[in-house]
Amino acid sequence: MTDTTVSSRIKNEIESNDVVLFMKGTPVFPQCGFSAAVVQVLGELGAKFKGIDVLEDPSIRQGVKEFSNWPTIPQLYVKGEFVGGCDIVREMYASGELQELLESRGVKVDA
Amino acid sequence: MAVADRIREKLSSGLAPLRLEITDDSHKHAGHAGARPGGESHFTVEVVSGAFEGLSRVERQRLVYRLLEEEIAGPVHALALRTIAPSERR
Repeated sequence: MTDTTVSSRIKNEIESNDVVLFMKGTPVFPQCGFSAAVVQVLGELGAKFKGIDVLEDPSIRQGVKEFSNWPTIPQLYVKGEFVGGCDIVREMYASGELQELLESRGVKVDA
Repeated sequence: MAVADRIREKLSSGLAPLRLEITDDSHKHAGHAGARPGGESHFTVEVVSGAFEGLSRVERQRLVYRLLEEEIAGPVHALALRTIAPSERR
């Protein structure tokens, strides 16, 4: 069970930031190839995002898996909505859907 | 049973796939966090199944993750997925 304080912290992050990436490492120094790939996609789209390093906090690392019902990291949220992990982000970027999603949610991109 | 064989068995019975390709990428991650001696920690799975028809990307992956719950909680550190419905085959 996710601790309620952990899930409310996660909820607060995804509600107060347009684009949130739960990742291993930081946007500048990703510690995992899958996290790095999502950072790169967001960079190419010119989307501002908040990176949350789950390696810094084991309770968030476990908590976000339960919160999203998704067993792996990274996890991308846009406007409070779960988008997916690395595979989905890459597929959506390749097809143009990710850019569409960001624009339709009113997130500024300058690709 | 080898991890790859367990993945094959579970996805075969859970998804009745038309195509199922499992690639062990562990050698690319030797020495990296989550890699295990003997490999079998990093996999790429490409699966074509009618079970994905009408499901979103997130729903498809959740379905696979659910079938492989034990493996993901255990030896599998990373699992890259391509989930394809028969109608999307190129």
